Amino acid sequence: MTLIAAKDTPATDTRAPEKAERPQGYWQGVGKRVLRDKATMFCLLVLLLMFLAIVFAPLIAPYDPYVGSMARRLRPVGTPGYLLGTDELGRDMLTRLLYGGRLSWFIGIMPVAIAFVIGSSLGVIAGFAGGWLNMLIMRATDVFYAFPSVLLAVAVSGALGPGIFNAILALTLVFIPPLIRISESTTAGVRALDYVEAARATGASPFTIIRVHVLPNVMGPIFVYATGLISVAMILGAGLSFLGLGTRPPEAEWGLMLNTLRTSLYNKPLLAMLPGICIFVTSICFNMVSDGLRGAMEVKN
Amino acid sequence: MIFYIVRRVLYSIPIALSVGLVCFLLVYISPGDPISAIAPPDAPAEMIAQLRRDYGLDKPLPEQFLIWLGRVVQGDLGHSLATGRSVWGEVSVALQNTVSLAVAACTLAFALGMLLGGLAAAFRDTWVDRLAMTIAVAGVSVPHYWLGMLLVAVFAVTYPLAPSMGAGPGGTFVWDWAHLPFLILPMVTLSAIPLGLVARTVRGTVIEILHQDFITTLRGKGLRSGGILLHVAKNAAPSVLAVMGLQLGYLMGGSILVETVFSWPGTGFLLNSAIFQRDIPLLQGTILVLALLFVALNLVVDLGQALLDPRIKR
Repeated sequence: MTLIAAKDTPATDTRAPEKAERPQGYWQGVGKRVLRDKATMFCLLVLLLMFLAIVFAPLIAPYDPYVGSMARRLRPVGTPGYLLGTDELGRDMLTRLLYGGRLSWFIGIMPVAIAFVIGSSLGVIAGFAGGWLNMLIMRATDVFYAFPSVLLAVAVSGALGPGIFNAILALTLVFIPPLIRISESTTAGVRALDYVEAARATGASPFTIIRVHVLPNVMGPIFVYATGLISVAMILGAGLSFLGLGTRPPEAEWGLMLNTLRTSLYNKPLLAMLPGICIFVTSICFNMVSDGLRGAMEVKN
Repeated sequence: MIFYIVRRVLYSIPIALSVGLVCFLLVYISPGDPISAIAPPDAPAEMIAQLRRDYGLDKPLPEQFLIWLGRVVQGDLGHSLATGRSVWGEVSVALQNTVSLAVAACTLAFALGMLLGGLAAAFRDTWVDRLAMTIAVAGVSVPHYWLGMLLVAVFAVTYPLAPSMGAGPGGTFVWDWAHLPFLILPMVTLSAIPLGLVARTVRGTVIEILHQDFITTLRGKGLRSGGILLHVAKNAAPSVLAVMGLQLGYLMGGSILVETVFSWPGTGFLLNSAIFQRDIPLLQGTILVLALLFVALNLVVDLGQALLDPRIKR
């Protein structure tokens, strides 16, 4: 009976009215793919932890990075009170690694950031304008491509002399040409697409076309390429300090620490390796994140 | 084809000139009066005046560049401030050591990179692929000067198997049994980056080729994997060789860090001492020679690639 009665009652739809679902955007898809990628997420997490550790270095670090005592120099890793030992001047290694990260990250990221702004602007202009402007910008880029990157960095910062800002200037100069090239080729690719042609046909100014149609489509790939360069910049920047060109003693910086600890390599190998491990971990994580992002952005596969 | 070759050769002339200009300007971006970069710090006034006239420093910059260029073309790169010897003499000796090291490292990287990349492509998406690509990423991301120190700590200190300083008896590397052990550690260190890059390139290229239609046709014809491998190798060769050629150039120009770690008496070591002693003529000359070598190598790579792959005719 109840069954029949139930049947008789008009069927009411208990489900909520179906929401109009927004089609999944491109960046949403990229984000989802990155979140699913365990290796990339792990590296992002490592980078985030490192970033927090170096930002809050004054709160975490147990000692002063510049004060040491010759009485306790070159203590091995695991010494009570000095978790990672002490360096050749008796300064706490953990403290100096934390503070050192600040300069190393700065030297790694700043040049790429500046080169990103300059390189992508010039590259987009060259790629969009074509003609003589393209010729001018791209041929100038070719000149810098004629130098192996390490050599160019060493040449410029060697001529300018030691110092953080000279090192950053030299590295920026190294990273502008590759960013111009990638921006130019990406922009030239987008410019040839039909919707850009359509926009031009409707009378949009070049400025509007760049802002509305070109930039949103080229910035992603250029940005991902730039994140990959951070890894190189970290190695090169620390390398310049390792050569005595970037930061100067008593500054804490991973490359410089690696240099000053070189003489201790024979009796305290593990201790002397620590700054390099930091550079390696940072660099490999930036590389993996860059690879992961690139993979997530390639929709075709 | 001939047209392409001629055009490519002609194009490297303005590039070489611009490289010269950049090297020339290095003296001017170094802080202070350029004369202080050329003259010894304790030079008497008349010597400075003489040098100023010799180098034409009282003339306008474009004219100075032409004078400098004229000297360079004649093989005169100036004299080292620290030793007083001719820069070209110093560089040419050091260059032999650098080239030996770079060629050895490049060969090792090429062999191992092909192996890793090939295995990764053949066993795509298996643990072999993942392992090979992890090694490749590590190779690309490792601070190679640190890797050098690590190798010294392990193979020269803990297990003394190979020497870690210099290029062997006589201070210059020669290809014989007495010198070979000295090559091992720097060679392995220097090969890390190109090894990773070659492995990645080989993997990418081979996978791309394996997806092409002619491979399917070859399989359909019943060709065994050995025969297919031959076709794949032939098609992958141009891009892999291009990467390799460029890397050889990068190794020659970029071995300064590794040479410093191992006290390898090459151009990098020369640069390092030039930087430490603010020996700008030596710095300038060494960089010029290395950069011109790189330009020449680029030319050879492009021409070689065009010869191997007739599709490149731009």
